[in-house]
Amino acid sequence: MNILVCISKAPDTTSKIAFTNNSTQFDENGVQYIVNPYDEWYALVRALELKESIGGNVTIITVGTTADEAIIRKALAIGADEAVRIDADPKDAYFVAMQISSYAKSKGFDIVMTGKETINYNGSQVGGMIAEAMDLPFVSLATKLDASGSKLTLEREIVGGVQVVEVQTPAVISCAKGMAEQRIPNMRGIMAARTKPLTVIPAETVEDLTSYASYSMPNAKSSVKMIDPSNMDELVALLHNEAKVI
Amino acid sequence: MVLVYINSTTGLSKAALETVTYGKKLSGDVTVITNGAASNEQLAQLGEYGASRVLVDRSVNGEDPQQLARLIAGVADQVSASTVIFSHDIYGKAVAPRLSVRMKAGLVAGAIAIPEADGSVKVNVFSGKAAGFVKVASSKQIISLLPNSIQPEKAGNACEVAEISGLAGESAITILETKKPEGNIPLPEAELVVSAGRGLKGPENWGMVEDLAEALGAATACSRPVADIGWRPHHEHVGQTGVAIRPNLYIAAGISGAIQHLAGVNGSKVIVVINTDSEAPFFKAADYGVVGDAFEVIPRLTEAVKRFKATQH
Repeated sequence: MNILVCISKAPDTTSKIAFTNNSTQFDENGVQYIVNPYDEWYALVRALELKESIGGNVTIITVGTTADEAIIRKALAIGADEAVRIDADPKDAYFVAMQISSYAKSKGFDIVMTGKETINYNGSQVGGMIAEAMDLPFVSLATKLDASGSKLTLEREIVGGVQVVEVQTPAVISCAKGMAEQRIPNMRGIMAARTKPLTVIPAETVEDLTSYASYSMPNAKSSVKMIDPSNMDELVALLHNEAKVI
Repeated sequence: MVLVYINSTTGLSKAALETVTYGKKLSGDVTVITNGAASNEQLAQLGEYGASRVLVDRSVNGEDPQQLARLIAGVADQVSASTVIFSHDIYGKAVAPRLSVRMKAGLVAGAIAIPEADGSVKVNVFSGKAAGFVKVASSKQIISLLPNSIQPEKAGNACEVAEISGLAGESAITILETKKPEGNIPLPEAELVVSAGRGLKGPENWGMVEDLAEALGAATACSRPVADIGWRPHHEHVGQTGVAIRPNLYIAAGISGAIQHLAGVNGSKVIVVINTDSEAPFFKAADYGVVGDAFEVIPRLTEAVKRFKATQH
């Protein structure tokens, strides 16, 4: 099974979120970047498990600058065989998807995997866009993936339930919780990652379809109104009369 | 001209009515394209929310994003749609990106409001810790609307419904089985949510959470540790790496309110926090707080809700 796993950087989940330049740019000051958790915990680890059980090769790919090589080495330390970095500062999901699909088209991957979304932009866009650009089937929000020959069996989240589906390779899969368990790289993996192949390729020209004009922070909550724990009738009355939610 | 896609496999959801309402706010001419099981009579009701006409392809099961992208792009072409609206639910997340590439139309994923005066559209970013304003550079645009961001509004009368076919092509995805628990309110669509965390001490204590949810007509949710140790199913986990929700009311019991949990719920309109620890960080994000033992407060709240409901009939 020849698998391509798309990874993105994301700010550590405890990062303080702030903006600079008149609220038009994310303030990277003091921000630690990690591999987007959905890409790492679910897509990458499941890809490695499939490789371990049925053989094959796992390539990771990201669209980013030299600053992103730290997350690439992390993914290699977890166990990916090789890495590709498309050299560009990603502008939007369409740009990223066009770069990755253009690279992947001629490489004969059986599965292209992504996390279900990034934790910074939460768009859930790249997987579906890659699938369309490559004219491949797309199974989104998969929570289980098994492979047998060229047949993939998947479970996916649907509204209020679970669906079991089957699709032939090649296919694009976006991965959600349940797919695999997080792996912590060991020292051997970290050492090996230093010498694993990392190919850097130039980006293609792609027009931007979207951009962020500006950002804003949510309004601070007015101070919390404390209710006596013995007086839940008061809370219900407030929810009805003041908050008007019940 | 605006085209709205809704999935009517399980009838007309609130999310469907929200997207039609959203379309109506952008254009006086709204075409709805759908697949699935809703009857023509049900679909005609979409006119009351602003649809000018509804097109339905009953040959499509709605589970293959590739088929849906072909269908929606085909209809968009026929009706010369410049904007396509989805709900940012499991269907929108799967199909809208495909359609973006197919139509070369910029996608605003997860809109939480109607477009601003400058045409940009507000979305949640950083898992709800901030908002961004997305501008689309292409002549066509796609907007997927986060559920519960706007309220459905009636704006007209029943409209015509026409059956169509032949645009979607074959499906590459075979459905082997669909497992759906009965009677549960799907969490992402729920207007009221009761959630609990490690403070409940064990899965055997969830009965009182379910009782409160039932009294309110709410969905149940939980914090990440509770899902990770298997007390509750993963699909109930709300937070940065779980489901992000924006109900009208979120009641959290025995959850301290770590930043990753807040990220998934701070779009809620009203937050009630119940915790024994008056220093719990969640109180800072709450509208109403109760310092007390969940084991006493939750049953008391359930009784209070029942008394209130009894007065409403």
